[in-house]
Amino acid sequence: MIEAIVGGLNAAARYIIPLLLVGIPLYAISVKKVKVYEVFVEGAKDGFTIAIRIIPYLVAILVAVGMFRASGALDLLLNFLAPALNLIGFPPENLPLALMRPLSGSGSLGLLTDLVNEYGPESLFAKIGATMYGSSETTFYVLAVYFGSVSITRSRHALIAGLTADAVGALSAVYICKLMFG
Amino acid sequence: MLNYIWFGMMLFSVIAGIVTGRIDAVTEAAINMSKTAVEISIGLVGIMALWLGIMKIAEASGLIRIIARGLKPITVRLFPDVPADHPAIGSIVLNMSANMLGLGNAATPLGLKAMEELQELNPKKDTATNAMVMFLAINTSSVQIIVPATVVALMGVTTSQIFVPTLLATTASTVTAICMVKLLENRKMFSVESGS
Repeated sequence: MIEAIVGGLNAAARYIIPLLLVGIPLYAISVKKVKVYEVFVEGAKDGFTIAIRIIPYLVAILVAVGMFRASGALDLLLNFLAPALNLIGFPPENLPLALMRPLSGSGSLGLLTDLVNEYGPESLFAKIGATMYGSSETTFYVLAVYFGSVSITRSRHALIAGLTADAVGALSAVYICKLMFG
Repeated sequence: MLNYIWFGMMLFSVIAGIVTGRIDAVTEAAINMSKTAVEISIGLVGIMALWLGIMKIAEASGLIRIIARGLKPITVRLFPDVPADHPAIGSIVLNMSANMLGLGNAATPLGLKAMEELQELNPKKDTATNAMVMFLAINTSSVQIIVPATVVALMGVTTSQIFVPTLLATTASTVTAICMVKLLENRKMFSVESGS
């Protein structure tokens, strides 16, 4: 049953983009007589300005994240957190991924690949890892890009809310997987 | 807040780099990532232009307004400061739909369009509004209902087993994000006047 749903959703997903690319102009041109080509070009003009406006924000965030990843700070943090994690039943094998997820998309995918290669896709560690990866987003990147695109520097409670949600997501991934597969 | 976290991350990295003997790698990462940031941004130009063009057609044909009206019962609660038929709501809904379906390439341009429209309603241009923070928090908590293609490639047949856990975990994190935003938005330390 679940296999059918997953298969169906993933199969349907392949058609969504082509459908939008054709469906929206089709509605516009046939129902509302919109000059689709002219309007498209008018809207597309903003693509460049927005992409360029993001640069300084993305440089700031990605440099800090890159330094953090390269420094081995993650391992230090891991050692520091290990005793507390054991106490709440959080497998230390899954901690690097949980910490990396909000920082870097490619970094966390690399860590998930390591988990699958090391323990196999059937293992609890891999299942927890895949759940963590799929249930969260790269918070720092999203923040930099979205706020950067409108030149907002004062983000107020956005980061703390995002990181709390990431933490709850990671903990949920652990406990739900333990409950279902453990 | 971001001031301290940003600086703290770099400071901690330099100290950790010295302790672990990886200070050269830290230097290299800083230089390489500044290049990567520009490459990512430039790489967005084409896909941004494509979706912003399509969005403009959707707007001109009134589709955005129809979508915004359809989801009014939900959006007025999440974004009470934004008029229910404002184009920002349409973009927000489209961005979330794209995210749900795992269409990252389409989601970002739609999201940035939403941010631009929310910025029009913002009296203080350098400070995030409540609606923006809510929108971002939902976005960063991920609302994807399709397991990412990269995960499918890695997990193979096991993918179908993690579908339900992923859905549950992402629901938990999104609910947390919404509650945290609502809980914190009236706190003095995060107010528009003093917010950092």
